[in-house]
Amino acid sequence: MIALLIRDLRLAIRTGGGFGLGLAFFLIIAVLVPFGVGPDSAILGRIAPGILWIGALLACLLSLDRIFALDFEDGSLDLLATAPIPLEGVVGVKAISHWLTTGLPLTLAAPVLGVLLSLPERAYLWLILSLLIGTPALSFIGAFGASLTVGLKRGGLLLSLLVLPLYVPTLIFGAETIRRGAEGLSTTTPLTMLGAITLGTLAVLPFASAAAIRVNLR
Amino acid sequence: MSSMSFWEYANPKRFMALSSASLPWLTGLTALVLGVGLVWGFFFTPDDFRQGSTVKIIYIHVPSAFIAINAWLMMLVTSLIWLIRRHHVSVLAARAAAPIGLAMTVIGLITGAVWGQPMWGTWWEWDPRLTSFLILGLFYLGYIALWEAIDDADTAADLTSVLCIVGSVFAVLSRYAILFWNQGLHQGASLSLDKEENVADVFAYPLWTCIIGFVLLFITLVLLRTRTEIRARRVKALIARERMT
Repeated sequence: MIALLIRDLRLAIRTGGGFGLGLAFFLIIAVLVPFGVGPDSAILGRIAPGILWIGALLACLLSLDRIFALDFEDGSLDLLATAPIPLEGVVGVKAISHWLTTGLPLTLAAPVLGVLLSLPERAYLWLILSLLIGTPALSFIGAFGASLTVGLKRGGLLLSLLVLPLYVPTLIFGAETIRRGAEGLSTTTPLTMLGAITLGTLAVLPFASAAAIRVNLR
Repeated sequence: MSSMSFWEYANPKRFMALSSASLPWLTGLTALVLGVGLVWGFFFTPDDFRQGSTVKIIYIHVPSAFIAINAWLMMLVTSLIWLIRRHHVSVLAARAAAPIGLAMTVIGLITGAVWGQPMWGTWWEWDPRLTSFLILGLFYLGYIALWEAIDDADTAADLTSVLCIVGSVFAVLSRYAILFWNQGLHQGASLSLDKEENVADVFAYPLWTCIIGFVLLFITLVLLRTRTEIRARRVKALIARERMT
């Protein structure tokens, strides 16, 4: 499984595209929003938590179809399905490698973009914490969506239609954590809920994804 | 146990025979109950003290919302039956129910907006119930889109069933997340068995009649659409056989 993780990470970094693209997209969203709503830092500061979460979510979405598509096309997914490690484990590893190449860099880049959007100072800790805890859920939910659409020729648009409604709870609790943090309120409830969602998706969704992949490989 | 069990109707031929025999009766009954309920509600109930005649939209709004939620529940059950027992009729019924559920969701949202404009002074408010319904509509859209996108019938049935199950969990999760996110304008349940503060009886009886009418309408439409799906699949099989020879 570790070998598979290293292989996926190498592929993601060396083939280019997905890895840097998500980050660049995140940056562009954060730059474009002030053009759209005006440079007033009070307004920007208020909407920054939501913008940063939505940006992270969309940047995640960009690279989702790459989780399984390449392996499906060249047949390595068939080999992985018949390999001695369970397919559920393969899905989990692929979701983790997706998170390491999108969620984690996004989390690290978010404070810089927070400065651009004049996020209140005491919200930075919560920004990093909520993204760190919440983005793995985005990868695991996304891997489920990708496993449903892996057999389709043009699955990209359908994938976003399937995955975005599933992102609603994560987005709500993630953005709420930062907003409460910015206002100095207690963040325990949304943060624990966010952690619960991440752990729940991590535990359950690989089974659903593996079932969907088995159907698609049939 | 008798020789005829409930699962006998999973046989498409038996299902077609039963549904073709019962559909005319069901259609008539639906028309009767729905007609009585709507006419009773629209013309033979007093106007509300404060809301005037706008209150009467409740006879469409509440039943359609009721169906919108329960249609998904029915899809969940039939999807599970498909995954466990592999009865094609079951999954085709789920497929048939989805567009009806979506239509009911849209009707619920539109009638709500029409009522909300004079009452709350706004067409739309990011209220938990309204927002949850919008999300439910998105779930229906995704489910229907996945059916449409996949060519192979059994693959599509399996994948949409898995989506339906995962989607159910996330729909419930979204509901509570949204409640946490915003407290709302929408009034509580209009009809519940364990509450003091329900709609007054004079409105409640025609409302129950309308709900029963909508349930009958839903059953009729699902049967009709399932029959269409079965016929469409038979035609496909015939065409495939023609090509072989």
